[in-house]
Amino acid sequence: MYNFAFHRPTGLRQASNMLGKLEEAKILAGGQTLIPTMKLRLASPGNVVDLNAIADELSGIELKGRSIVIGAMTRHADVANSDVVKQHLPALAYLAGLVGDPAVRHRGTIGGSLANNDPNADYPAAALGLGATIHTTKGKYEADNFFKGLFETALGADEIITKVSFPLAKKAGYEKFRNQASRFALVGVFVSKRGSEIRVAVTGAGSNGVFRVASFEEALKKRFAPKSLEGLTIPATGMNSDIHGSAEYRAHLVGVMARRAVTRANEFAAGEGED
Amino acid sequence: MSATGIGAAVRRKEDFRFITGKGQYTDDISRPGQTYIHFVRSPHAHAKIKSIDGTETKTMPGVVAVLTGADLANDKIGNLICGWAITSKDGSPMKMSAHPAIANGKANHVGDAVAVVIAETLGQAKDAGEKVKVDYEVLPAVADPAKAQAAGAPQIHDVAPNNTIYQWHLGDQKAVEAAFKSANHVTKLDIINNRLVPNAIEPRAAIADYDAGNDALTLWNTSQNPHVARLVIAAFVGMAPEHKLRVIAPDVGGGFGSKIFIYPEEVVCLWAARKVGRPVKWVSDRSEAFVTDAHGRDHVTHAEMAFDHEGKITALRAKTIANLGAYMSTFSSSVPTYLYATLLSGQYSIPQIYCEVDAVYTNTVPVDAYRGAGRPEATFVVERLVEVGAREMGVDPADLRRRNFIKSFPHQTPVIMAYDAGDYNASLKKAMELADMKGFGKRKRDSARNGKLRGIGYSTYIEACGIAPSQAVGSLGAGVGLWESAEVRVNPTGSVEVLTGSHSHGQGHETTFAQLVSERLGIPIETISIVHGDTDKVQFGMGTYGSRSGAVGMTAIVKALDKVEAKAKKVAAFMLEAAEGDIEFKDGKFTVAGTDKAAAWGDVALNAYIAHKFTGAELEPGLKEGAFYDPTNFTFPAGCHICEVEIDPETGNTDVVAWTAVDDFGVVINPMIVEGQVHGGIAQGVGQALYEGTVYDKEGQLVTGSYMDYAMPRADYLPSFKVDTTETKCPSNPLGIKGCGEAGAIAAPAAVINAITDALGTEEIAMPASPATVWAALQKVQPRQAAE
Repeated sequence: MYNFAFHRPTGLRQASNMLGKLEEAKILAGGQTLIPTMKLRLASPGNVVDLNAIADELSGIELKGRSIVIGAMTRHADVANSDVVKQHLPALAYLAGLVGDPAVRHRGTIGGSLANNDPNADYPAAALGLGATIHTTKGKYEADNFFKGLFETALGADEIITKVSFPLAKKAGYEKFRNQASRFALVGVFVSKRGSEIRVAVTGAGSNGVFRVASFEEALKKRFAPKSLEGLTIPATGMNSDIHGSAEYRAHLVGVMARRAVTRANEFAAGEGED
Repeated sequence: MSATGIGAAVRRKEDFRFITGKGQYTDDISRPGQTYIHFVRSPHAHAKIKSIDGTETKTMPGVVAVLTGADLANDKIGNLICGWAITSKDGSPMKMSAHPAIANGKANHVGDAVAVVIAETLGQAKDAGEKVKVDYEVLPAVADPAKAQAAGAPQIHDVAPNNTIYQWHLGDQKAVEAAFKSANHVTKLDIINNRLVPNAIEPRAAIADYDAGNDALTLWNTSQNPHVARLVIAAFVGMAPEHKLRVIAPDVGGGFGSKIFIYPEEVVCLWAARKVGRPVKWVSDRSEAFVTDAHGRDHVTHAEMAFDHEGKITALRAKTIANLGAYMSTFSSSVPTYLYATLLSGQYSIPQIYCEVDAVYTNTVPVDAYRGAGRPEATFVVERLVEVGAREMGVDPADLRRRNFIKSFPHQTPVIMAYDAGDYNASLKKAMELADMKGFGKRKRDSARNGKLRGIGYSTYIEACGIAPSQAVGSLGAGVGLWESAEVRVNPTGSVEVLTGSHSHGQGHETTFAQLVSERLGIPIETISIVHGDTDKVQFGMGTYGSRSGAVGMTAIVKALDKVEAKAKKVAAFMLEAAEGDIEFKDGKFTVAGTDKAAAWGDVALNAYIAHKFTGAELEPGLKEGAFYDPTNFTFPAGCHICEVEIDPETGNTDVVAWTAVDDFGVVINPMIVEGQVHGGIAQGVGQALYEGTVYDKEGQLVTGSYMDYAMPRADYLPSFKVDTTETKCPSNPLGIKGCGEAGAIAAPAAVINAITDALGTEEIAMPASPATVWAALQKVQPRQAAE
C-alpha cells in the first residue's frame, strides 16, 4: 500500500467538501474493493475520505410508500437479513445474501457497490432491474441513467450517494451463476414486473457492464412466465469472453438465468400470496 | 487398545494452539533490528536484463541495501540445484541449467527475481523497489509444454537444446509393441494433466539472522524438511558450513510438497543478512506465491491400453511431455519419472508397460512435487484408460477392474515396483456397497426427470509411499537417502521427548507419534512431547513428504523405543535385583517373571539418571536412545473411490453429489486424523478435476494469478464424504503402516472425470471440467445424440 492521507469527516457536508478540495481523493465506504486494490498497489489515492464516522446517518432500511429506501452505508448483510426487505422485496434480500462471502457482506455497502459499478457486481442488476432511484448529495438519478459502462457512473467527483430507493415490484427475482473463482456473477439476471413495466437487467455478461434486454422484456409482457422466454437468446456480440467462459456461453446463460429468475420471481410472489 | 494408543481417535494435541491463535509461524517471529526485503520480479516471461540501475532506489527513505544477481555472483553464492539425476534413454545426463537465486543476465519466467531491496520497513522496501530501473529486452516466450520442443521455439537455456531436459523411458518397448499388435482391443486417450498452484494456507516466509561473533547463520523458514534445506544451502549453495547454519521450521501452515524445496528467497535472505549485518525478513504475499511457489502436475500425455479377447489388459504405453518450468526445482526431475511411470501398473496385473517421458523447460514457474507427485498423474492415465476401455468394450467398469486386479502378493510389476500386500477386491466391494451402486439406476432416472444428467465413476488407485529405500532410490539417481531418524529422550521424571526428523505441517505428528509412545511405554499421552523442525535440536532427518512419516518416521521411533526399553530393562534389573532376562515390561510397569516384584516406569527413569543402583562399570547412566530407519520397500496404499455427479445441462455446472472412499492404509494409528487427511486429499483432487486451472497466455503471463481467476475447492462445493477403510497390514514395516496423506488427491481426479464422462456420454473433457468446458462439450455431443 502506498502512503496516503486519511480523513474521517463527521458530517456529510464536510465529506463533500473534502472530496471537492482534496487531490486524488477516494471515498472509503465498506472498503471491499478499495482496500484490496490499494494493498495490491493498483490504486494510489492521495487522500482517503472515510465515511464510517457518518455511517449511522447514511444507514438504514425503511418502507416509504411503495418503495424501500436503503441508506448508502447499509451493509449487504443488513439488507439480506432485513425483515422489511424480505417481506416486500424478497428478491433484493436474496441478492444481497449472494454478494461475496460473510466478511464482505458485513463490511461492503450498497452505496459503495453502486458507485463502483463493477461489471460483475450484483447490486447494479437490482438497481437497473427494479428501476431504482439513486439519491446523492447533489440530486438524484434514475438507474437507467446512472450506469455508464465499466466502473463508470454518472456521479461527479465530489458527489456521494446518500440512499437508494427501490420501488416495490409485484414480482421480482434474481438468478446468479457464479464465477467459481471470484464468486462474482459470471452472469446474473434480475427480472421484475411492476404494473405493465417489465425489467430484465443483466450483470456479469456484458463487456460494457449492466444492461437491459428489451426482447426479453417484450416477451414477458405477454405472460410473466419462463415459457415466454423459451427459444429466446441474445447475440454473443458485446458479451465478455475470457478463461471463465466464451461470449457464446455467457449469451446462452443470460437466457437460462432469465428463465430461472422469472421462476424465482413467481415463487417469491406466490410465497407472499400476492399472485 | 488404550484410549491414547494405536488405533484411538485421539483429538489432536496441537489444535488447541492453532485454533486459539497461539501457533508460532515464521511470520510470528521477529528479530531485534530486523529489516525487510522486497524482491523486484520480472514482469516478463522471458527477457534479457540489459542493465539494472538502483541509484535512485538507494536514496529512498529507509533503504538499507539494493542487491542484484551480479552481487550474488561476486560473492560466489552458488546456484540452486535439482537433487535427482535422471539419465536420458541415449545415456546422456539431464540438462540442468544454472539457477541463480537472483536472475543474472536473463529472466526466465514472470516472477523471476531480478533485484532485492532491503529497508527498515516493508512499505519502504516496496516503495523503493518501484524505483529500481531494469532495462529489459523482451524475448519471445514459450509456456505450453507441447510447444516447447518445436523447431523455432524460444530457447530458454543454452545447456538444453530444444528446451529438452531429458528424454527418459522405462519398460520393454519391443514387448509392448508386440502385445499391442496382437491386442483384441486398444483404447487410446490424449490427456492433459492440468497445472496446479499449491496454495498452502500459510504463504512461504523466511527470516535470516547473522551472528557475527560466531560467524553463524540462523534461518527460520516454512520448510517441510529443514535438515535437507541446511544441507543444500551449505553444501551446494555454499552459504556457510553445515555446522554454522541453523535452520528452524517452526509451525508451518500446510505444504502439500511446495515447502519441500529450497527456494531462492531463503538463500537471498541468508546472504543479505550477513551482507547488511542485520536480520532480514521476507513473507510472501499471495500474489507472490502464485508466481514463485513451485507448481504441480502439467503433463501432456498420449496413452494406450491393449486388451485381449477376455478383457485382460495385456499392455500399456504412454508418451508424456512434462513441463518443469523455467528452472529445475529441487526434486522436479523425479516426479514425472520414478514417481510416475513406476505406478502405471495401477492395481492391475499388466504384463508389459512402456513409458517415455520428455521433460521440458518453459517460461513458467518451476514445477515440482505437489500432493501425490507423479502418482495422481499415473492414476489418472490408468483409471481413465480402464474406464474408457470398459465402455468401449461394453463391459461393466467394475467387472473389468476385477478381471485385471492383482490377486497374489508379492507382485512384481514391469515398472520396478514390487507390491507387498493388498486386497483390491475388498476395497472395491465395500465401496460399491457404501455407494449403493444398485440404486444408481433409479437415482439417474430421478435426475433425468429433473432435467439433470447423473454419472458415476470409479478410481481404484494405488500409490507408492513410505519413500523410500535409500539404496533403491540412489540407484535411480536420488542425491540423498530417504531413511528417517528419531531420538527418544526419557527425562528423570519419566516424561518423554521424541526428536524426530519428520516435520509436521498439518499432519498431526504431535498426536500420532505420541500415541505410539503412549502405547509402547504405557504412559499418559500428556507426558510425551514431539520435537521437530530445528537442526540445532534434532539429529539429521529427511523431513515429511510422500506420505512417509508414518511408515518411515514412526518406524525410526519404534527402533529407538526398542533400545530405550532394552536399556530400561537393564536399569530395572538392578533395581529389582533380578536377572535382566527375567524383566518383563508391560503397561508402564517392569516386573520380574514369576514374582510380585515390580517397578514403575517413572522409578526406572529416575534410577537411570540418579544411577545409585549400579556402578559406571556395570551400566551407563541415562535413558536416551536414537535410531535411523531405512525402509526395505515402498508401501502401497490402495483403495477405491466412487464419485457421483449431477450435471445441469443448461449451465454445464457439475455438482459432486456423493463420494465414497474405501482406502487400505494398513494399520491406522488415529482414524480421525486419517479421515481428515482423506477429506483434504479428496478436496484437492476434486479441485484439480473441477476448479483449479492454471492458465498462461502466449506471452507467458500467468492469467490465473489470484483467487479472482484461480478457483479453489470450497467446503460448499463438496458433499459429505463417506469414508471407510479396509486393512491389509504392510509387511515392510513393524507397525504395518502404509500412509494416507496423498490418497485422496491421487484417487479423486479420475473418479470425477469418469463420473462426468459417464453422465455426458463423451470422453472429451479437459480438466478442470468447469461449467463452460462441460457446456461446450455438451454442445458437441447433444446434436450427435439427437441424431442417433
